[in-house]
Amino acid sequence: MPATKVHVTTTINGEPVEFLAEPRQSLLEVLRDVVHLTGSKEGCNDGNCGACTVNMDGRIVDSCLVLGVEAEGADIETVEGIASAEGLHPLQQAFLEHAALQCGICTPGFLVSSKALLEKEPNPSEERVRMWLAGNLCRCTGYDKIVKAVLAVAKEMAN
Amino acid sequence: MNSIDYIRPTTVDEALSLLTKYKDKARLLAGGTDLIVQMRGGRYQLDAVIDAKHIEELNQLTFNNQDGLVIGAAVPCHKIYGDEKIAQAYPGIMDSATLIGGIQIQGRATLGGNLMNAAPSADAIPTLIAHNAVANIVSSKGTRAVPVEEICSGPGRTNLATGELLVSISVPAPSKGFGGRYIRFIPRNEMDIAVAGAGVSVQLNNGKVEAARVALSSVAPIPLFVKAAGDSLVGKAPSDENIQIAADIAKDAATPITDMRGTIEFRKHLCEVLTRRALHAAVERAREEN
Repeated sequence: MPATKVHVTTTINGEPVEFLAEPRQSLLEVLRDVVHLTGSKEGCNDGNCGACTVNMDGRIVDSCLVLGVEAEGADIETVEGIASAEGLHPLQQAFLEHAALQCGICTPGFLVSSKALLEKEPNPSEERVRMWLAGNLCRCTGYDKIVKAVLAVAKEMAN
Repeated sequence: MNSIDYIRPTTVDEALSLLTKYKDKARLLAGGTDLIVQMRGGRYQLDAVIDAKHIEELNQLTFNNQDGLVIGAAVPCHKIYGDEKIAQAYPGIMDSATLIGGIQIQGRATLGGNLMNAAPSADAIPTLIAHNAVANIVSSKGTRAVPVEEICSGPGRTNLATGELLVSISVPAPSKGFGGRYIRFIPRNEMDIAVAGAGVSVQLNNGKVEAARVALSSVAPIPLFVKAAGDSLVGKAPSDENIQIAADIAKDAATPITDMRGTIEFRKHLCEVLTRRALHAAVERAREEN
């Protein structure tokens, strides 16, 4: 069977993007290797670690478990879309201030996941934050600093 | 992965003709949370992936108190638990829909896919069996409705023939006095594969059990329907003693293996504990419904 590439039209971080993808390529591979947005990380490549989390049509997904060709017509937000021209997103600032990262590989996934949570539920309980972030693994921080950073942003936004 | 075709049919007929064309060299793609990992791992040598998410019948999600619930095979978990009426009517099914994977997985994974993946550890299959769910299957020869407990034939294998397609899963409307529950044992609190699990339901009438169903995950080559466990409760009060008898029957029916997740002895022990706890919880829910 010939390797036919499929033309895909999508929106990434608010910008229209077109790319060619082989059907077997994951959205993560396409984002990193074709579109050259390398913020999304490959950790486990099987849906356990969440380092590749992106927002697709308003839902967070593991981009390693989405085919690039499935992104036709989709609205995708990656970690590159979180900061604005004015500066860091409050979550990014809070991750720095709370030392919620060390090696940083998991951080893009945690930021995309946390942002989706706070947009949906601006005032989550600690338990809710921990459950929501269960699909994101971190081997450095022990999670506590990440959870505190997210809760601090929730509190800040409430004020 | 080899080079493959990606096809996005919009009708059941189109999907069926693709299945006829590619035969067992094609798989249906719903959420992809199992399929894409398996493709990458070399489990299949596929020529085509058929995206099921653009077919109307596979995206239906309907509920009313007469006809019950119809879950299209491509409907992701988050849509199921995000529907307030459905969540309220079927707390037992919500137990499964909210614990399959994490939020990322629930954004894509489907109960239809969980059933067709036919893992012994599937978290939705025991629950669907307990809820008397039926799989609506179509092929070029027609349609058939199969009780969910008759779908799986072995680890990762189903009784669907080549060319057959799961369209939806139907669940009867819960009547007054019905309660369902799924619980599992895992080493962490979330995002893990069941060491063992129990999906149960009870139908109470005037303080007695009119019907009960028990199914187990991760303790047999297929999600295991233990008919005798539920039947043992029929006509009796849902007392501690009677629930204990049902739980012991479930334990005896389990045929687990020893692997990295647990030993035979531990898993059999879990069957008793989980069935007992799930039945008590289902009885509680059944009484709340009154």
